[in-house]
Amino acid sequence: MIEFIPPAFIYIAGALLVPLLRGRVKSAYMLILPVISFLFLINAQVGTAWEINFLGFDLVPFKVDRLSLIFGYIFHLISLIGIIYTLSIKSDLEYVAGLVYAGSALGVVFSGDLFSFFVFWEMLTVSALWLIWARRTKASQAAGFRYLMVHVFGGLVLLAGIIMYISEQKSISLGFIGLHSAATYLIFIGMGINAAWPLLHTWLTDAYPESTVGGAVFLSAFTTKTAVYALARTFPGTEELIWIGAVMTAFPIFFAVIENDMRRVLSYSLINQVGFMMVGIGIGTQLSINGAAAHAFAHILYKSLLFMSMGAVMFRTGKINATDLGGLYKSMPWTALFCSIGAASISAFPLTSGFVSKSMVLDAAAHGHMTIIWLTLLFASAGVFHHSGIKIPFFAFFGHDAGHRVKEAPPSMLIAMGIAAFFCIFLGVYPKFLYSILPYPVDFVPYTAPHVLSQLQLLMFSALAFTLLLLSGIYPAEIRAINLDTDWFYRKGGHLFYQVMDKGLNAVNRTFERVFVGKFLVHVTSHVKRLPATLLAKICWPFWKTAFNAPDKKTIQENLLKRAQSGFYPISIMGLFAAIYFALLFLL
Amino acid sequence: MNTEKKHIFDNPRNVQKVLYGLFGCLILLLALEPFIQKHPYFVWEESFGFYAIYGFVACVLLVLVAKYILRPFIKKEEDYYD
Repeated sequence: MIEFIPPAFIYIAGALLVPLLRGRVKSAYMLILPVISFLFLINAQVGTAWEINFLGFDLVPFKVDRLSLIFGYIFHLISLIGIIYTLSIKSDLEYVAGLVYAGSALGVVFSGDLFSFFVFWEMLTVSALWLIWARRTKASQAAGFRYLMVHVFGGLVLLAGIIMYISEQKSISLGFIGLHSAATYLIFIGMGINAAWPLLHTWLTDAYPESTVGGAVFLSAFTTKTAVYALARTFPGTEELIWIGAVMTAFPIFFAVIENDMRRVLSYSLINQVGFMMVGIGIGTQLSINGAAAHAFAHILYKSLLFMSMGAVMFRTGKINATDLGGLYKSMPWTALFCSIGAASISAFPLTSGFVSKSMVLDAAAHGHMTIIWLTLLFASAGVFHHSGIKIPFFAFFGHDAGHRVKEAPPSMLIAMGIAAFFCIFLGVYPKFLYSILPYPVDFVPYTAPHVLSQLQLLMFSALAFTLLLLSGIYPAEIRAINLDTDWFYRKGGHLFYQVMDKGLNAVNRTFERVFVGKFLVHVTSHVKRLPATLLAKICWPFWKTAFNAPDKKTIQENLLKRAQSGFYPISIMGLFAAIYFALLFLL
Repeated sequence: MNTEKKHIFDNPRNVQKVLYGLFGCLILLLALEPFIQKHPYFVWEESFGFYAIYGFVACVLLVLVAKYILRPFIKKEEDYYD
């Protein structure tokens, strides 16, 4: 009887069998993978660790503690939901990539050493890439390539940091690192790239909207949240994270307000939500770490719910820009309902999951008397309601009727959205369930009268602002346009780099080729070709001139050259010289 | 004759009802505030309607800044990168 199989193994090995199966068997098989893995996981004891000695290092490919468990649970749940969602999209590539991707994320959260951690971390990038490329459009190809470049860079930064750190510490065990040396800064930044820190975030808003309908659901759940886990594991209480997080919560909402592509709006609000988690990790108290983990758990559900609803809209209408959508509640009422539940959750309405998790981070900031941080988070909370809570459902399902008369989303999509929506409300109504799996004991009561009232005031008056701005015509109309972000630097910068290299280095190449290859080498070869004949003619001319009634020197030289080209040298002359040489040797 | 089924928000009166519902909620939320015991961390939380004003002002500022300051800088044609 097998006692335990690590989740990453079940997912990744299991994924490889998917293309061999067909029809219902395939569907059933994919649904059962996360369930089996989960059953193994809930029997794993906190403190379990597998150690393998490898080249003098202690590899710990599987280690369980409460922080890794909560991420493990939610990764199982969301991969199951994601699989159900994609059942109506028949794409083996996405199935395999999705499962390997989820498995890699599980590998990261249960890694006990830096080596295993890094291997799974890189597998995340590689598998995620296929969820973008599977869209098979020119835009997705390009975005996927940029995604790869950014993550390869991030991976190398992380790897450099890890190698330096290991040589400092003489140990590869994964635990608290903290900022104190160049190595730790490299690790910090390497993880930060995956967490979509400000200025390093554009891989996310660039690539996620270009991924497949189902791919975005997986993508929204794993990469950034794995980075959240990694930072919570290695850099809790790092003050820099508080400020990074606060900026992350605030700046994307400005971009989201004027963005036309609905999945890009969601991508910006994803960064905004991860910002709350960064602040929680940075504060580093038990309450705030709990808050970050709880928020990651809740966020994965409502964010993927929102991505699922927008995916369903795209699946049915083929459109995703706000300018092309509107009035879809008429033909997709269930999707509209589920989307609204996700929107309420991300806005942290009381009785939804966002309310019971986000407030922990805000409370932790208030406990620490971080005035600016707290005000920023509050601003971001109002802002996220504005663009994700209202804008997404309003422009897609209500607003002006764009005239799409489509079928409701396929049953499998509705079931997946239904499960996610159920958990959004379940966690909001019964927060004890979420609190019981947090890393530290919870002494936090979300539902107090002043808290509920203040949150409702904040949200409803934000709604009033939206309504008044919309009715007065000030609200920015959706425009068919794209908005620049910091990816401009490497997209245009890359182009510029290419131009500079082309004009600069290629010009050197061309000049060199013209002068060296075109002129110099031609001269050299022609000389070399003629050299034996010319030499021979020079040497022999004095003899021949007297010995024979020779024609002029030029004719002889040309004759010699012809013979040389056909390989027919007058070797007898050389033979004569050799004979003279040996004769002299013999005589002297 | 339009054969398509009439939907709930096709009727402007229903939209109006939603708006009235929103305004009703806002008044109720403000009206409840004096009856609720607060546990503030910061002094300004004690002032009446702090969260309501903050939420409203934040969103108006957000939209104005995004529309009039950010958008002119970063808006480009859809084929800008092609």
